Amino acid sequence: MAAVEITDLVRTFGQVVAVAGASWQAEAGRVTTVLGPNGAGKSTTIECLEGLQRPDGGTARVLGADPWRAGPDHRARVGVMFQDGGLPNTAKPLALLCHLAALYAAPRDVEALTRRLGIDSFAGTPLRRLSGGQRQRVGLAAALVGCPDVVFLDEPTAGLDPHARREVWELMREEAERGACVVVTTHSFEETERVADDVVVMGRGRVLATGTVDDVRNGESLEDRYFALTGDLR
Amino acid sequence: MTPSAAPESTARPRAAARPARLFAQGRFETLTLLRNGEQLLVSVVLPAMALVGLTLSPYPALGDVHRIDVTAPGVLALAVASTAFTGQAISTAFDRRYGVLRMYGVSPLGRSGLLMGKLIAVGAVLLVQVLLLGGLALALGWRPQLVGIPAALVAGVLGTTAFLGLGLLIAGTLRAEAVLALANLAWVLFLGLGLLLPVTTLPTWAEPLASALLSGALGEAMRGALAHGTWSWGALGVLLAWSAACWALAGRLFRWAP
Repeated sequence: MAAVEITDLVRTFGQVVAVAGASWQAEAGRVTTVLGPNGAGKSTTIECLEGLQRPDGGTARVLGADPWRAGPDHRARVGVMFQDGGLPNTAKPLALLCHLAALYAAPRDVEALTRRLGIDSFAGTPLRRLSGGQRQRVGLAAALVGCPDVVFLDEPTAGLDPHARREVWELMREEAERGACVVVTTHSFEETERVADDVVVMGRGRVLATGTVDDVRNGESLEDRYFALTGDLR
Repeated sequence: MTPSAAPESTARPRAAARPARLFAQGRFETLTLLRNGEQLLVSVVLPAMALVGLTLSPYPALGDVHRIDVTAPGVLALAVASTAFTGQAISTAFDRRYGVLRMYGVSPLGRSGLLMGKLIAVGAVLLVQVLLLGGLALALGWRPQLVGIPAALVAGVLGTTAFLGLGLLIAGTLRAEAVLALANLAWVLFLGLGLLLPVTTLPTWAEPLASALLSGALGEAMRGALAHGTWSWGALGVLLAWSAACWALAGRLFRWAP
C-alpha cells in the first residue's frame, strides 16, 4: 500500500474545478515532488491529503486513513510545512518548537534539530523579525519535530541561500532514507533532479505525468519535458 | 550545522495524551497573552486606571452608595470583556491570517484542542486579572457581598463564554485589520454601555439597549451579585442567549483558512 494515494480526486470551488480527477501515489522511503504551473491544483491536492479540505469526489488516503476524518494519532504521523509559514508571529523559534514537540508522545530532540537546521543562531528572536529563509527553516523544523512517517513540504527551499538549500535537500534525503514518505511541491527542476525519486506533473487539475524522475524525463531534460507537458496550460 | 539529528525512536509516532496536549497549548497561549504588552494594557492597566479614577472621583454620581462597591464589580466585568473578547478576537484573527490555525489544525492538537487551549488561556489570564484587580479594589476599601460570590462566578463564566463566542465569531469571519478596529471600538462601546457603570447612569433611551447587550448584562449581573448579593436572573438570561447565538453562528460561519 502506498503511504499517500489519491484516486480520481475532484475538488471544485463554485464553477472553478481545482482538481479534475487526479490519481497518483507516493511511497514510503522515497521523495516525491509535485510539479506544475500555478493553478495546476497542487496545493488543493496536498490540502486534501492534509485533511484541510474535503474532496468533492474520489478518495485521498494517507497511511491508509481518510485525512478529513483522521484523529490526533494520525496527525502525529504526518508532518506539514506550509509555504506561508503558518507560525505565530510573536513566538520565538526554540520556545515554539519545544511547544510543538510537547504535542507528540516521542518527539525529536528539539535542540539537535535546531542545530541541524541552523536555527540555534536565532532561536530566541521573535518570528516576525526573522528573514523569509529563517522562517522557512523554522517551518521545516515544525514539520519534522514529531519524526513523522509522511512529510508534506510546500516549496521548502524557496528563498533559501545555496548553503541552506543544500542542507534542506540533505535532510529531505535523510527523512526518506529513514523510511518516511516525503512529498514536496516545488517549481524547481533542480530540486527534483537532485532530490526526488519520483515526480508528479500536474496541470489544470489533472495528472500529466507520473513515475520515477527518469521515466518522466524520458530521455530529455526534465525542464524540456515539463514545458512539453505543460506548454499550453498557462 | 552539525551531523544528522537521527530519529530518536523507530516506533510509530503518536500524539501526546490529550491532557498533556491541552496543558501544553493552554500554557503556550497563556504565556503569549501575558507577554503581549498591548494586551496587558487593555487587560490590567486600563481597568486598574478605571477602578482608581472612578472610585476616587465624585463623577459620575452613583447615588448613596460606597462607590467602590459599584465600580469594582464593573471593572471585573471589563476584565472579562478585555480578555475573552478583545484579546481573543484580535489574536485569533491574526493567527488565522498567518495560517497558524491551519498549522495547529494539522498537528496532533487539532481544532478542538486549539479551542480548549484558548479556553484554558482565557481562564488563566482572568484568574491573574481577578487577583490583581480584586486585590487593588480590596486595598481601596472594597467590601464585596460574600454571599454573592456564587452568582458572580456564574455571571463570570457565562459572560466569558458569550464574549469569547462573539470574539471568535468576528475573528473567523472578518479580515484581521477589520477585527483589530472593530474589537477595539466595541471594547470602548461596551465599556460605556453598562459594563463599567450601572445602566441607570445612562440616558433613559440607552438603558434598555445597554441591558440587552452583553456589556450591560454582564455588568448588571456582577454588580447584583457582588454589591447586593443577589442573582440577576434577567441579566443571566441575556448572557445565556448571547452565548448560544454567538457560538451557534461561530460554529456555522468560522473560517479556519486565511
